[in-house]
Amino acid sequence: MFLKFSITKTIHDWLFELMPAGVAGVVEMILIAVVYLLIFAVAGLYLVLLERRVAAWFQLRLGPNRVGYQGLLQTMADALKLVSKELTGTEKADKFLYNLAPYFVIVTSLMALSVFPFSEEFQAFDINIGIFFLTAISSIGVIGILLGGWSSNNKFALIGAMRSGVQTISYELSVGLSLLTMVLLTESLQLSEIVAVQKNGWLIVQGHIPAVIAFVIFMIAGTAETNRAPFDLVEAESELGAGFHTEYSGMKFAYFFLAEFINMFIIAAIGTTVFFGAWLSPFGITDSIPWLGVFWFLGKTLLLVFLMMWFRWTFPRLRVDQLLRLEWKYLLPINLFNLVFMAGLIWLGLTIKF
Amino acid sequence: MEKTLLYEELKSQEYFINMGPQHPATHGVLRLLLTVDGEIIKKVEPDLGYIHRSIEKMCERDSYQQIVHLTDRMDYLSSHINNEAVCLTVENALQLDIPDRVKVIRTIIGELTRIASHCLWWGVIGMDLGALSTYFYGFRDREMINDIFEETCGARLTMNYNIPGGLMFDIHPNFVKRTKEFITHFRNKLPEYDRLLTGNIIFQNRMKGVGILSREDAISFGASGPVGRGSGYSCDVRKHHPYSAYDKISFKEALQTEGDSFARYRVRIDEMWESMNIIEQLIDNIPEGDYKVATNAVIKLPKGEFYQKVETARGELGVYIISTGTKNPYRMKFRSPGFSNLSLLNHIAVGGKIGDLVASMATLDLVIPDIDR
Repeated sequence: MFLKFSITKTIHDWLFELMPAGVAGVVEMILIAVVYLLIFAVAGLYLVLLERRVAAWFQLRLGPNRVGYQGLLQTMADALKLVSKELTGTEKADKFLYNLAPYFVIVTSLMALSVFPFSEEFQAFDINIGIFFLTAISSIGVIGILLGGWSSNNKFALIGAMRSGVQTISYELSVGLSLLTMVLLTESLQLSEIVAVQKNGWLIVQGHIPAVIAFVIFMIAGTAETNRAPFDLVEAESELGAGFHTEYSGMKFAYFFLAEFINMFIIAAIGTTVFFGAWLSPFGITDSIPWLGVFWFLGKTLLLVFLMMWFRWTFPRLRVDQLLRLEWKYLLPINLFNLVFMAGLIWLGLTIKF
Repeated sequence: MEKTLLYEELKSQEYFINMGPQHPATHGVLRLLLTVDGEIIKKVEPDLGYIHRSIEKMCERDSYQQIVHLTDRMDYLSSHINNEAVCLTVENALQLDIPDRVKVIRTIIGELTRIASHCLWWGVIGMDLGALSTYFYGFRDREMINDIFEETCGARLTMNYNIPGGLMFDIHPNFVKRTKEFITHFRNKLPEYDRLLTGNIIFQNRMKGVGILSREDAISFGASGPVGRGSGYSCDVRKHHPYSAYDKISFKEALQTEGDSFARYRVRIDEMWESMNIIEQLIDNIPEGDYKVATNAVIKLPKGEFYQKVETARGELGVYIISTGTKNPYRMKFRSPGFSNLSLLNHIAVGGKIGDLVASMATLDLVIPDIDR
């Protein structure tokens, strides 16, 4: 259940020798939480930097490159600025909900991070309903957005929040169904099981045509679920100012901002785990070196993250009715058909296995 | 009883939104009072006056040379054409014989201004629709034009290159070379605009069938420029009432008949191609001669009323001067294209979504200081 690889094994044994089992368990949990918080903060900060550099690359400019080597400390500086800023808000805001909202968003994205198999042994929380847990958790985040938009007593924020609700409820179906299509292949919801199945070939190869369709749908719906362009109607800058987080400032805004990037990372990580074999190397070339699993996992995830950034910096935004039409009239029927198609392939034994 | 109560609770209500004066989509200090039902727009009321500087009133105090400088600050994206409009009015009133060299240079720079303005508009329309990258592509090409302007007249935006009677200085020796360089550069880069935005399926869905303006409405609202021409209303002043060197060259008037946002978009892209054609016809044979004719230090217009209209990047700009024979105009009136184009915003946006309003407003290409003078 907890970290199992050799270094942590030593720490684990040492802790249990040093103090009574109960205390050691608590200390261990706190240590793991700190490690994950660190991963969370570093990933968030550097994804922001990556996005800014990628954006600059798409936009014929240089991007942040002054603070630290190649701008590596830029987002740290920005984060410090946000920490030191005054927290402002509207007078008539519902204070309790207004303050609660950012935590919904940030906590859910942190929770989702805990189930990913970064390598064979580097996985904090390997539950048998992993995929289900991920889809469930990622849809709780929208409550934070709804609360934030509702409670800040601003019409622009309210419109943004309502759009977010409509969007997330719709696109969850596609995310869930496209993952379900792949679960037919793996016969398990547990993430470590899903990785184990892929030792005979990544699922996108095993399931070939329906898997590719499922992957495309997953990427579209996943982008929509993270509220990123071309589906960023929630914070549509030219329409709603800043959307649901118009009235947030300082660290509260930063929580929403970081959570967006972590959510993007999560969607890419789900894609990596379910379609591209998580930490497995291509053709098993480095399977003998366990630590390289982290490298492969992050490499594949960042490739998908880059794909999502590519979407964001080239596509215009959809209109709200076009967004819903895309989901309910196109993605959902294709998805249902695809599910049956995949089931048929498995029944006839037409999947590719090495 | 309970049923009616439930109905009362579920009834949708209209509400107001203040869009602006500080709002990203209004491109300046325009305030729109929106009446909205959910996402659907019921009414748009533009509220002006946030950047009113009484330019028309100030003109009554200034000499004719000074008035030219004020017009830079109206539609700042086509400042050269605004200057030209005032200068043409004054020159016509004085019945000056303007050298051909001046006319040709004015036309070339006017067309470069039009391209620069459309580049900026193209960048901004992408941004309004959420494709942020277009902004930088538009500005890359606009930058080259601004460099040409800077070299010739010292300013990049508010140019002040025209004076009544001609030009302030002669063109820079590099002008012809750099303009040709720009044309070859832009002929390669303009198709990139189409690849990045025009062909995009999301963009087309956002634009086609949105903000429809019929030809009759365009005429009755006094639409001009690309907004009128997008509705099939042939209203190009350069074609119908040629001024400067426009009577010597051949060019097509960009026309589209659909009247939707996409038609207005297409008109502006076509206009950029046409502007390049116009410049190419003129750039190789700029006539030799003086770059200005001498006028009195104090210009006094004869008694009477004078009107001249020109085609700016946004449409028809009219300059109307009532003179009593003194060194100041008695009354000065600008007919700005943005004002009448803004007046039809309510007409084309009602019934659409908030996103449609932003898209239609982007294709109207509003410059707020032009509306609020």
